[in-house]
Amino acid sequence: MSPVVPPPAVALGVLLPVLVVLAAAAVVLVLDVLPPRDSKAHLGGVALAGIIGALLAIVMRWGTDARAFRDMVLLDTYALYFDLVICYAAALIVMFSMDYLGRTGSESGEYYSLLLFSTAGMMLMASAGDLIVVFLALELMSLSLYVLAGFFKQRLTSGEASMKYFLLGAFASSFLLYGIALIYGATGSTNLDRIAAAAATRNAEPMVLIGLAMMLVGFGFKISSVPFHMWAPDVYEGAPTSVTAFIATGSKAAAFAAMIRVLVVALRGAQPDWSALLWALAALTMTVGNVVALAQSNLKRLLAYSSIAHVGYMLMGLVAGGGPGPGAVLFYLLAYTFTTVGAFGAIALCARAGEEAVEVSDYAGLARRHPVLAATLALFFLSLIGIPPLAGFVAKFYLFGAAVRAGYIWLTVIAVLNSAVAAYYYLRVIVYMYMREPDGEPVAVAPSLAGGLALTLAVAGIVILGLMPAPFADLAQVAVAPLLR
Amino acid sequence: MVPESYYLALSAVLFSIGVVGVIIRRNPLVIFMSIELMLNAANLAFVAFGHRLGSNDGQAVVFFVMAVAAAEVAVGLAIIVAIFRLRRRLSVDDLSLMRW
Amino acid sequence: MTYAPMLMVFAFAALVAGALLFLPKLAAPRRLTPVKAEPFECGKDPMEISEGRFAIKFSTVAIFFILIDIELLFVWPWAMLYRRLGWFGFAEMLVFLGILMLGFFYIWRKGGLEWE
Repeated sequence: MSPVVPPPAVALGVLLPVLVVLAAAAVVLVLDVLPPRDSKAHLGGVALAGIIGALLAIVMRWGTDARAFRDMVLLDTYALYFDLVICYAAALIVMFSMDYLGRTGSESGEYYSLLLFSTAGMMLMASAGDLIVVFLALELMSLSLYVLAGFFKQRLTSGEASMKYFLLGAFASSFLLYGIALIYGATGSTNLDRIAAAAATRNAEPMVLIGLAMMLVGFGFKISSVPFHMWAPDVYEGAPTSVTAFIATGSKAAAFAAMIRVLVVALRGAQPDWSALLWALAALTMTVGNVVALAQSNLKRLLAYSSIAHVGYMLMGLVAGGGPGPGAVLFYLLAYTFTTVGAFGAIALCARAGEEAVEVSDYAGLARRHPVLAATLALFFLSLIGIPPLAGFVAKFYLFGAAVRAGYIWLTVIAVLNSAVAAYYYLRVIVYMYMREPDGEPVAVAPSLAGGLALTLAVAGIVILGLMPAPFADLAQVAVAPLLR
Repeated sequence: MVPESYYLALSAVLFSIGVVGVIIRRNPLVIFMSIELMLNAANLAFVAFGHRLGSNDGQAVVFFVMAVAAAEVAVGLAIIVAIFRLRRRLSVDDLSLMRW
Repeated sequence: MTYAPMLMVFAFAALVAGALLFLPKLAAPRRLTPVKAEPFECGKDPMEISEGRFAIKFSTVAIFFILIDIELLFVWPWAMLYRRLGWFGFAEMLVFLGILMLGFFYIWRKGGLEWE
């Protein structure tokens, strides 16, 4: 008889935040089929408790630099920073969902369960130390989001969004997988550190470069950068608004987390090559996003194109591949997440009876009927424009400053011009809310406790981030430090 | 003994057929099959590379990719069935309620 | 440049894939006419789809089958090495199957296994 294989070290502590979320997802799933079967209102609370538990685990583990499972999972400050951003977004979205789903009468266990599963996938993407974990985590996140996008089964646009997201998403992830295969072939490993070591000796091999390009297609799709953005407006419009908020923030943050780690750690040797690619992607993404957003009359589509434009700004910080850029991107992601979750959440709260208020004209005269909601929505838009003293301004300030210091003057000029263009379409919505008379039926608004609390938290987030950004900016710089060593 | 580069060439051909299939076909089921072809082309590349490198890693990866592909099939079929229930017709050209 | 052939392989692959898809169009052009598109060329339209209405429950069962079936992918190598893995392997498989059973329990209680 052959000898017994010694059991490997099981360091579940490294996975603790992810495991808490996964356990909560399983509990929600089981509670869903146990009595009381007619009332699902408590499941949102269970999901929220799970995310708060994960947040506690993250805070508890802060400052560690652990790795486990043959270096496949890393728990460094970088991963924990992203876990924090993702869990924050997930918590707010669960609260908005309790309000939004309760109003549309579609509360159910699988919604919260899938939300938690995709959260776990996102957190795992930030912790991935191996390309295979990147792929598996990305699929865990995406498969849950595909289903969530089609959650309103009776609505044709929801099904359409789900199908488009699924077909294009699966298409993009097979590019990612083939890219991983090529990099594995060229360097002999899927581990990020070992790829870096192998690639350092054989610089810029064609196979690494083709693999890199294919992986960028996969990541570019997930962060919706031009030219891989075509799905975004349709999916954002068709998906339930609470899910849209998660696709726009959580999945983008997670894809950025994995992409930055892969580019900066594993493919550091090919930096001149991906730098040029990212330069072009950044310029193209911000310009196309902003210009097309000008023509939108649907608020969810408008925010979709605006989020594409923000991805362009963030890519700008990565072009240098080092220095203050990546830290500024992390800070920008935090500010963007705070603002975008709030904006989509506010839209979800503005749902009309049975119908969502998504056309810009639906918001005419909102300030008169519901001054508080109009004011918060205006705050979010002002933050997206980048008006001081809100989060968006500080984030842009750091990011553009980092790009200038890295010597990318022209790219910064393009970005500044783009920000000026963007101000127009955001201000148009504010003008509608404050200066137009409503035509027809007014938007009915009655936020519940959960919805109101989430909105308050989001507003507090962008104001605090805008007024005292220094500790958070330091946090972001500390978070990227393990990568740039 | 078939040289490893033959497998890589086959995998590249399969991948390209998948890409072209996704782009030119109109039936979601066929598009979906093309995507599966792309995933399996990547699997073939993994196994071929693993063989050349003399390590089992490439084959271990394939296990996970196959599991992911199965999950993708389940989700994809469920979405297609959900749409079919509402529409009774199946073509991506119908998916045009939303246009910019 | 040992991998220069890789680029050629990709060019070749794109060429072959394109050729396979477009050659049939050249060799056997399809000219669809309304008559050819009819299911039966007997001058009468069918009353409904020939296989009758498509029962969704078959596809539901197929989906469950795939999910439960793919687990063998992990059980099989485990079974081959069962003795060498010792108690650790046994416990780990119990955890894996336990999680799987959770999903099974959900399907069952949700009514996914009801045929009627």
